[in-house]
Amino acid sequence: MSYLIDPVAGATYLLMGNEAIVRGALEAGVNVASGYPGTPSSEIIENLSRIARERNVYVEWSSNEKVALEVAAAASFAGLRALCAMKQNGVNVASDFLLHLVYSGTRGGIILVSCDDPGALSSVNEGESRYFARQLEMPLLEPGNFQEAKDMTKWAFELSEELKQIVMLRSVTRMSHASGNVTYGELPNTKRKAEFKFKGFILDPDEGIISSAPVEWRHKEQQNKLNRAKEIFENSPFNYYEGPEKPELLIITSSACYLYSREALDVLGLKDRVGILKLGTTWPLPPKLLTKYLAKTDKVMIVEEVIPFLEENVKVLAAEKAGEVGIKKFYGKNEGFLPMVGEMNPDLVINALTSILGITYTSVPQEYDQSAKLSAFVHAPVRDQVFCPGCPHRASFFTIRKALELEGGNGFVCGDIGCYTMAVRPTGFETLKTVHSMGSGMGLASGFGKLDQFGMEQPVLAVCGDSTFYHAVIPALINAVHNKSNATLVILDNGGTAMTGFQPHPGQDFNVLGETVPAIDMARICQAIGARVEIRNPFELNDTLQTLTELMEDKRGVKVLILSQFCALSPQRRGKKNYEMRVDETLCLGEECGCGRFCTRVFRCPGLVWNKEKGKAEIDQVICVGCGVCADVCPRGAINRKEVA
Amino acid sequence: MTTAKLVHDPYNIVITGVGGQGNVMASRILSNMLVRKGYRITIGETFGASQRGGSVMSHIRVSESSVWSPQIPSGKAHLVVSLEPIEAIRVLARYGNPEVKVVSNIRPIYPSGVIAGEAVYPSDTEVRQILQKHTSRYWLIKATEEAVKMGNPILGNIIMVGATAAVGDLPISRDDFIAALSLIFSGDKREKNIEAFERGFSSLQG
Repeated sequence: MSYLIDPVAGATYLLMGNEAIVRGALEAGVNVASGYPGTPSSEIIENLSRIARERNVYVEWSSNEKVALEVAAAASFAGLRALCAMKQNGVNVASDFLLHLVYSGTRGGIILVSCDDPGALSSVNEGESRYFARQLEMPLLEPGNFQEAKDMTKWAFELSEELKQIVMLRSVTRMSHASGNVTYGELPNTKRKAEFKFKGFILDPDEGIISSAPVEWRHKEQQNKLNRAKEIFENSPFNYYEGPEKPELLIITSSACYLYSREALDVLGLKDRVGILKLGTTWPLPPKLLTKYLAKTDKVMIVEEVIPFLEENVKVLAAEKAGEVGIKKFYGKNEGFLPMVGEMNPDLVINALTSILGITYTSVPQEYDQSAKLSAFVHAPVRDQVFCPGCPHRASFFTIRKALELEGGNGFVCGDIGCYTMAVRPTGFETLKTVHSMGSGMGLASGFGKLDQFGMEQPVLAVCGDSTFYHAVIPALINAVHNKSNATLVILDNGGTAMTGFQPHPGQDFNVLGETVPAIDMARICQAIGARVEIRNPFELNDTLQTLTELMEDKRGVKVLILSQFCALSPQRRGKKNYEMRVDETLCLGEECGCGRFCTRVFRCPGLVWNKEKGKAEIDQVICVGCGVCADVCPRGAINRKEVA
Repeated sequence: MTTAKLVHDPYNIVITGVGGQGNVMASRILSNMLVRKGYRITIGETFGASQRGGSVMSHIRVSESSVWSPQIPSGKAHLVVSLEPIEAIRVLARYGNPEVKVVSNIRPIYPSGVIAGEAVYPSDTEVRQILQKHTSRYWLIKATEEAVKMGNPILGNIIMVGATAAVGDLPISRDDFIAALSLIFSGDKREKNIEAFERGFSSLQG
């Protein structure tokens, strides 16, 4: 039995923030859960899928975040409790439906969990989802520790049901992927029956039709719900104050930043001078609570990630209540005390506090600090992110780059979102020249492919992964074909949503619940759209190069090359070597090869290293996974592969 | 449950290494051992994109009573456990202090810049000198070599957990390891992991 469904109330486990959210949802009796994989949110749906049968939860990976939210909303409309989880930019995808959902209102409790990634630790953006709560006028909750992540999730379902409105729970990487002790509550035995009622009076929230019209009436109802949330938030146990009765400085904070703020006060010994107002309900702000604590001092510091959302909202409230609380001096991002970009940490809060309060602090003796930093600078070379040993992307980009070179070197590739995004870096031979959102590579290629009318002669390629293809590439591919754009799409099909942990996607014949489902064939989709389609194994370097070159030369519209090879970490390949690799030192040209040690300088596989003493390439047998590709990369044939029986 | 008094509260551990070495697993097992002893634990870790061959770090905060930040403040590490030698050096630059202890695997994983000939990896002697200069005590363990002898280099992370237990700052034993393991592994994997823990534990004592 998974520890996440231990029925013992009072049991304590070490849970990741995402696991705490799962436990909270289970304690709320969640019936339906949906999402699209994205770091740092993926473990929520994954963990729910593992206990789906035991707890009678329907769980799915949806084809994208908008569909995921629609699936969750359907459950709510039928009176069930539903959770929808995604990373920050997923909320952008879901936001069109969300705008309408907040007008129509909901029935069974429904929560949207957005896991933001301040500092872009696993993203190509550090986008904010909190602004959606203000813009779309819905309640926003932010847990400040792991116990709260569980408790708040459970409460969010109750709040949603009370307000008949979706509630957004916002986590961040340092909450979702951090872990702490969590004490369990009861697991309920829910017996909800799904029924969508629509025969009542048209405007009846429980039995009428569910729609955003009549717009002004629904919008007013929505704002009434927000005002009701404000009243409830005034007394929420997730908002609390720690510190002296009359602090010199008041820190207002939420989420992981609460823990950084506490840490900073502890390090600087300021607990008797500085107070912390920790907020768990960050939109709408509870005005009475804020007024009470703003009145305690004239100096206010706001600690949050990433852009000054809380700061702006508190300032508006402080202006409205200036008569009661007096004029405040603010120390936040807009004032330059804390950075406007990147994630927060205790050191940044410490720095801000020392400058606001005029105190000095050094964590270690200066001599040690300088010496340790110098040692790292000189002797710990930067570890650039790389494709894993045996990764099919390394082989694919090696070929794509070569095809572009052969073509004349002016062609370029529009990138997309997945491990293969790293092909902007040396590990993918710096092949990608644009990277934006899911599906944008093909959309941009569709646009570039129409610029011949203005003299553009460069060949245009796009790449995408298999999961990305189903998520957002199909409409862009349709657009390219319909508008007769001239572009080539390379689909890097590695047999799953690899980057986030091999979640199944619609191209596979099984789903997250382990059921057999129809696999939706991407080659046939592309053909049906009207593209010329070829399928190759990227480990066959020459065959792939020849095919790609031919496709690029074919100027009659949109071409698709599907490069199929399992991810090196996939269950299909992990731990299985196809080949034992050896370098024949008598043949290896070493420094003399292809402008100097061709294989290690250019191919850069972590499993193929340079032996300084011998001046030859060498296989690192601990790291090599035996894909065999480097044998074809070596111009001298000095790398041998022997099939593993 | 009564908990043994910690030498520092919070006691701050950084587990570092290269993506794919089992850093996260090591931090979760070690932390579960400490939860079993009644401590409040906070782990902060990065994975996802950073998993792909980049430097990875887990911050573990061990406390008798309180939740701490998932990021350790600069200069506040008490123990650095490193699955790869230069990652220890990298961590010391930010989290080290004259009192810090380091337990490190001795086996390099070369950064791509080193493989490509753009950067130089330090010699064994240089690594030792740097650790000597910036720690109160350090241990270098042949974790990968031992793990390869056992048939799977990934066991290096568990060997390092065993070595960490042997440092003696934390009241954790083989029994705690076996209990924590049962939350994660079963059967054949379990026996191999227990053996790896024991090898790690004795490597520090020897």
